[in-house]
Amino acid sequence: MDSKNSSNEKVIGVVGVGSFGTAIANMLAEKNNVIVYARKKEVVHEINSNHSAQGKKLDSSILATNEPKDICERCDILFFMIPSSGFLEVVRTFAPFLFPYHLIIHGTKGLSLNLKPGETLDTVKRLNRNQILTMSEVILQETVAVRVGCLAGPNLSKELIQGQPAATVIASKYNEVILEGQRLLRSEKFQVYGNSDIIGVELSGVLKNIIAIAAGALAGLGLGENAKGLLISRGMVEMVHLSNALGGSVKSVFGLAGIGDLVTTCNSVDSRNYTVGYKLAKGESLEEILASMDEVAEGINTVLIIKAFLETTGLRAPITENLYKVLFEDLEIEEALQFLMKYPFSVDVDFV
Amino acid sequence: MEEKYIKHRYEPILPSKEEWPVVKLARERKEFVKKVADLAENRILKQTGNNPEILREELETTLYREKLRIKQNPWVVDPDDEGEFWGEVKSSLLHISSEEKKTSRFEGYKSVLNKITNRYAEEIASNFKATHYKFTRSVVTYGFSRLLNAARVKGIKSIFSNQYTLQDKIQITGETDQIRDLATKGTIVMVPTHFSNLDSILIGWIISVLGLPPFIYGAGLNLFNISIFAYFMNALGAYKVDRRKKNLMYLETLKTYSKEAIQFGCHSLFFPGGTRSRSGTIESRLKLGLLSTAIEAQRANYQAGNNEISGKIFIVPVTINYHFVLEAPSLIRDHLSSTGQERYYKENDEFSTSYKISKFLVKFFTKGSDISVSIGKAMDVLGNYVDKDGRTIDKNGRQIHTRDYFMSDGVVTVDQQREEEYTNMLGKRIVEEFHKINRVFSSHLVSFTAFEMIKRKNQKLDLFELLRLPEEDSIIPYEEFKKECQNVLNAIFELKSQGLIKTAPHMNRDIEEIISHGMDNVGMYHAKRPLVMDSSGNITTQDMSLLYFYHNRLTGYGLEKLFK
Repeated sequence: MDSKNSSNEKVIGVVGVGSFGTAIANMLAEKNNVIVYARKKEVVHEINSNHSAQGKKLDSSILATNEPKDICERCDILFFMIPSSGFLEVVRTFAPFLFPYHLIIHGTKGLSLNLKPGETLDTVKRLNRNQILTMSEVILQETVAVRVGCLAGPNLSKELIQGQPAATVIASKYNEVILEGQRLLRSEKFQVYGNSDIIGVELSGVLKNIIAIAAGALAGLGLGENAKGLLISRGMVEMVHLSNALGGSVKSVFGLAGIGDLVTTCNSVDSRNYTVGYKLAKGESLEEILASMDEVAEGINTVLIIKAFLETTGLRAPITENLYKVLFEDLEIEEALQFLMKYPFSVDVDFV
Repeated sequence: MEEKYIKHRYEPILPSKEEWPVVKLARERKEFVKKVADLAENRILKQTGNNPEILREELETTLYREKLRIKQNPWVVDPDDEGEFWGEVKSSLLHISSEEKKTSRFEGYKSVLNKITNRYAEEIASNFKATHYKFTRSVVTYGFSRLLNAARVKGIKSIFSNQYTLQDKIQITGETDQIRDLATKGTIVMVPTHFSNLDSILIGWIISVLGLPPFIYGAGLNLFNISIFAYFMNALGAYKVDRRKKNLMYLETLKTYSKEAIQFGCHSLFFPGGTRSRSGTIESRLKLGLLSTAIEAQRANYQAGNNEISGKIFIVPVTINYHFVLEAPSLIRDHLSSTGQERYYKENDEFSTSYKISKFLVKFFTKGSDISVSIGKAMDVLGNYVDKDGRTIDKNGRQIHTRDYFMSDGVVTVDQQREEEYTNMLGKRIVEEFHKINRVFSSHLVSFTAFEMIKRKNQKLDLFELLRLPEEDSIIPYEEFKKECQNVLNAIFELKSQGLIKTAPHMNRDIEEIISHGMDNVGMYHAKRPLVMDSSGNITTQDMSLLYFYHNRLTGYGLEKLFK
C-alpha cells in the first residue's frame, strides 16, 4: 500500500483526556498534529490556554475541542481513550459524524451489555455471548466505521508519562489499522506489536482485571510471592478458557495484552482493581470501597458479567466464581482461598 | 391464495435485446476473453512477485495437477485436445529451463502463462446466444404451463387451457420493484440459496418474468456433461466453473472473468453457498471466492473515477423455498458421510440423465408442490441497504457513500487484506438476510417439530444413533405433536413480527390444517416419506435422515430452545 508519508500534515484525534488518553495524546504529538476531545468546556479551555488537562501536562501543540463533529471532520484517525462506563454514550454521540473512511483505535478495557430495552443484568441473570459486547463490537454496532482496532498491553499511564520504555499491542482485523497505529505510535521508547485477533486481545485486557482483584486480595491477606505465582498461573489458565469461550484465540492470552498486562497489573499497587482486592482482604465491605473511589474498578463489572455468562456455558471458572461470592454474597475471603486450595484442578496445563 | 404475490409478467426493462449487457458482451466475446486472459496473467505475475523461479514452480504445479486430472477424472465436456495442450506446455517448460539468460527464461515462462490463461478464459467464457435464450425461455414457460394445466384442470384434454399459469405454481414475493429499478441504474449481483439443481433454471425463468435482461452466472462444468442442461445453461448466459481445477492460474482467471463481467455491467448470479446445501440448512458459511469479485469490481469502478450510480453494484439475496427437494436423499447422505459416520455412501445423482430430469419435471408440474421465491432488499457491497435510487443508507437512516470504505488518506486504495475482510462481512450479511427472507412452509414446520420431539425423547443418543432409530421408537402421539407444532408456530410468528423470518400464506390457517398440509407436502415424491401418519393417527417417519434434512431448514433461528 502506498500511503503518503504525510504524517506531519494529518491531524490525529484523541477522544478523552483521562490519564491514559493524555499519555497517548502526548506520544502521538511527538510526530503528528493532535486534536483532543473533552466533554467539559472548562477542560477544553484549560488545554487550549494552559496545555494541561485536569492538571496533567499536555504537549503544547495539542488543541482541544468539545465538538464531536469538529474532531470527526478534521481527523481520519481517532483514538477513543474513554472509561468503559462512558464508552457507549460517547460512541453514540460520535456516531452521526463518523463515516466508513474513519479508522478508530480504542484503548478501553471493559465489556458492555447488549440487552433489549427494559432488560438489565438483574432481570436477565444469564448472558449469552451475543448479549455481551467488547468495545470494538460496540463501535461496529453503533457506527458505520469498520476499520476498528484496539490498544492493549502493560501501559501504566504514570510510567508512560515519565517516558519509561514500554510496549503495546494494536489488534485489528485490518492490517491497515495495525500499520497506521504502529506508524503513529512507535518510538525509541515505545514498541508496538500487531495482532489480528482483536477479540482475543480485548478479552485479555478485560479478563486480567478479575485476576488483578484477586492479586490485591492475596497481598491484603499478607501472602507472599509463592501465592502470587500460583494465582498468576492459574489465573492465566482461567483467562484462556474464558477467552476461548467468548471467541478469542488462546494465543493472544500469551501475548503482551494477556500475560504481559497480567503480571504488571498484579504487581501494581496503583491499579484500581488491585486496590479493591486489597481493601476487601483488609476487611472493608464493597460499599465502603466503592464509596471511597472516584472511578469504578472495571474488574467488578467484569466479574458480574462473566458470572452471568458462566450460567449459560457450563464452564467452570473457580477464581471468578469465588470472587463473585466474596464481592456479592458475603463469602469470607479466607474461605474463598481455602476453597480454591482444595479445588480439584490438578492438571497443570490442559489447553495446548 | 391469502397473500398477494406477483402474477403478472413484467414489461422488460430493456425492450431491445441489443441493449442487454450480456448481448453486448457476447458481441465482444473475443476481445473480452483476451482482456480477461491478460489481466489474469498480470495478477498471477504480481502474486509470484515477478520472480521467474516462483512462476516456474507455479507452472509446474499446474501442469502436474492438470495431467493428473485428465488421467484420473475425465469428463464428457472436456475438449479432445487437452492432452496435447498440456503436452506442449510440458515441452515448452523443458525447453525454457535450458535457456541461459534469466530474462529470456522469464519471457518464456510468461508466454506459457499467457497461453494457459487464454485457454482457461476461453473455456470459462459463456456462449450466450440471444436466439437460444428466447427459444429456451418460451419452451420452459410454454411447456411447464401446458403440463400444469393438463394436470390441474381436467386431464389431458385441457392441455391448451390457460386457467393456471406457472406463476400460480411458483410464487414470487418480495422486493421485485426494487430489483427492476436498480437493474436499470447499476449492476445487480443476485445471490440465491441453493438446494436443488432445478434452481438454475428456476432463477433464469424468474429473471425473465421480472422483465430483467439475462444474468450471467457461474455454473458447475459438470452440469454441461448433460446435453439438455448444457443447452439451457448456455442459453441462460452461464459461464463455466470447473471445480476440479483448483490451481492458482485457473482460479485467478475465473475471478478476473467474473470481476470484469460485473464491471462491464453484466448482471450476475452467484450461488454463494458454492454447491447445493447438503444438509438442508440455509447456507451459513458462504464460498467467498466469487463474492470477492463483486467487491473488487466495485472498488475498481471507484478507482477509475466512476462514482455515479451506473458504476454501483447491488447485492440482492434471494431464497428459494421448496416442500420437496428431489435430490434430498443423496444430498443428506452426502452430508452425513462427509461428517464422517456413514460409510456406505455412493454417488447417486438423480439429475444424471435427461430422462430422469424430464420424469421429475412431469411429476413436479402435475402434482401440486408449490415453490416460493423471495427477493430480498438490495444492499451495497458492504451489506448496507440501499434506497430506491440506489443510495446507501446506514442503520440510522443517514446516507453514506460506499466509496468511503475504500478510502485511506483521502484516496481510493487497493488493499487486498481489507477486501478479504469486507468479503467476510458481506458473506455474514447475506446469511442474515437469507434468514430474514426465508419463507416458512407447513412442511418445514412439521418436520422441524417432529425431529426435535424425537430428539428430545432420545436425549442420550448422538445424531448418528438418532438417525438409525428404529421406526417403532419414533412414533409421536398426534395430540402432543399438535401442541408442539403450535408452540413452534407461535415462536415463528414472534420472529416474523420482528422481521426475522417470513411465512407462506398457508401458515395462517388453523393448526390442524397446517399440519395436514405439511404432512401431505413434505418430501412428497420420495419413495420413503419423511413423515407419515400411522393407522392409529400418530406421527412417524419412514426415513429419519430425510426428516433431518427437511428439519434443517429451520435451524439457525434458536427454535431448538423450545425443546429443552
